[in-house]
Amino acid sequence: MAEPVLSIRNLSVEIPTRHGILKPVDGVTYDIAAGEILGIVGESGAGKSMAGNAVIGLLSPPAHVSAGEIWLNGERIDNLKGDAMRRLRGKEIGMVFQDPLTSLNPLLRIGDQLVETMLTHLPISKSEAEKRAVAALEEVGIPGAAKRVNSYPHEFSGGMRQRVVIALALCAEPSLVIADEPTTALDVSVQAQIIALLKRLCRERGTAVMLITHDMGVIAEAADRVAVMYAGRLAELGPVRDVITAPEHPYTHGLMASTPLASRGKSRLHQIPGAMPRLDAVPDGCAFNPRCPRVADRCRQAPAPTVDGNAAACWFPLQHEEAS
Amino acid sequence: MLAYIIRRVAQSALVLLIVGLVAFAMFRFVGDPIDNMLGQERTADDIERLREQLGLDQPFVVQYYRFLENAVQGNFGVSYRQGRPVIDILMERAPATLELAAVSGILAVLFGIALGVFTAIRRKGIAANIIMSVSLIGVSLPTFLIGILLIYLFSVELGWLPSFGRGEVVDLGAWTTGFLTASGLKALILPSITLGLYQMTLIMRLVRSEMLEVLRQDYIRFARARGLRNRAVHFRHALKNTMVPVITVIGLQVGAIIAFAIITETVFQWPGVGLLFINAIQFVDIPVMAAYLMLISVMFVGINLIVDILYFFIDPRLRVDRKGGH
Repeated sequence: MAEPVLSIRNLSVEIPTRHGILKPVDGVTYDIAAGEILGIVGESGAGKSMAGNAVIGLLSPPAHVSAGEIWLNGERIDNLKGDAMRRLRGKEIGMVFQDPLTSLNPLLRIGDQLVETMLTHLPISKSEAEKRAVAALEEVGIPGAAKRVNSYPHEFSGGMRQRVVIALALCAEPSLVIADEPTTALDVSVQAQIIALLKRLCRERGTAVMLITHDMGVIAEAADRVAVMYAGRLAELGPVRDVITAPEHPYTHGLMASTPLASRGKSRLHQIPGAMPRLDAVPDGCAFNPRCPRVADRCRQAPAPTVDGNAAACWFPLQHEEAS
Repeated sequence: MLAYIIRRVAQSALVLLIVGLVAFAMFRFVGDPIDNMLGQERTADDIERLREQLGLDQPFVVQYYRFLENAVQGNFGVSYRQGRPVIDILMERAPATLELAAVSGILAVLFGIALGVFTAIRRKGIAANIIMSVSLIGVSLPTFLIGILLIYLFSVELGWLPSFGRGEVVDLGAWTTGFLTASGLKALILPSITLGLYQMTLIMRLVRSEMLEVLRQDYIRFARARGLRNRAVHFRHALKNTMVPVITVIGLQVGAIIAFAIITETVFQWPGVGLLFINAIQFVDIPVMAAYLMLISVMFVGINLIVDILYFFIDPRLRVDRKGGH
């Protein structure tokens, strides 16, 4: 298998606070190959976005990478400083944020925002960048792109703005795109279009995508593989179909059972008892043990085995008759 | 956009009408001018004749209208004390005040913005913290005290700069300027620092807090995520957004600089309209006071009008008549 675009090895992020050190990301390992879409799911505070911010080097202090390695195209990037990291942002790693209404500078024309990004990273002239800006807008499906480059962000709807944001993230042809909840702030009717667009563009260009979301529907629609996060740790990693139809980790199982499906009829939705622990009160052993229906003494003492490759981080994974 | 400007001009005119009413009312509050103008030896006939001659027998509204009519033409009557037309006296004094205010305003805006941006970007740096602490002095010390301290240090102790007056001025016909002589420029330094210091620190602190707020916005994070250089993030993306609220305050403060010139002009015996006004108060020279009031309010209203129009050039969201949608 070819070398992955992004490789995260045993990554931990720490936030020192007055009440001790918080670990929003704790020993996470995964790879993303070229052209692959890896979905990262989990509840709020599970560490999904924090891992994404660590990759692009935008953790807000005092949060910092405390252990592990991040490799991009065979180069280690977690120890890059200031300007060296800045050069990678936008050029090698593109990012799409959650809220398109606030991600664009309201005072600058969208064309200017595209041009400045390209001129920062690519050795091209201004007129060439202007031409490419129109092409980039056409590619994300903005009608009348030649005219619309001169528009300001407030002249676009939410969905259209997210298309502009995607054009901005992709305009310097990065090898990795981190999409942090790209559809959460959008109308349901627009969500599917945006996901389809992101998927198509990345497939065409062979871009690796880290798709962070809490929406299993989005994952099922777009991702190739999925990583389930719980309290900063990886709970389960595997191909989307396997994880959805035959989850091995009790948490993933509970998560799937609590996702409403039309096929399941009008039955009551499943609930996982309790709530995800706060970061300053993660229990010993497996983080999920207080809520787990399959809990045993071992789970309270030893941390669950770490996920490497396709597996669940669980001492007693659910067994399924049909092999996955 | 045109409709907006017309509306703002109409509002400005209304403000000036009201200020005019106050200025006009001053004449009536200080007693009957006839008493002052005619001596002890007067007859009821004299009083009646003069009253008719000056139009004081007319109804209030008519008198107010005539006052406005004259004011618009620059006719504010004759100074009680100097016996010359008020407008001539004002025009003689205005260049001194306007030059002082212009230099102070430019100093305040340039240094205020530059230091504000610096202290916001280097929020935790030592230099930024020193500047912030020192700026408290600028905000809290009264203007006259700063003026006196500067005079003591630079004029009395060091003897580098003059302590009063405008120095040599060059007469350009309708305008006298201190910009063209060395002594004129030297004389400007202390008063303009004194006058502009408060505004400078105010602008600086405002720019800093607005900039810190803007730097937290998503579009700044996104700009960083696109790998833009710090310079572009700070000055192209952040500063422009910072200026939208700051410019309102700058407009008001520039007006305040002209109005507060009174104190600085008194401390430095600066021969401008502020000093003229102080002297006019001492001698109850109502026409001068009324004219000064009108002059200041015209400037205030004018500056605010300019600020409102500037918004259009900075913030595209206000250009409502552009075609929106998608």
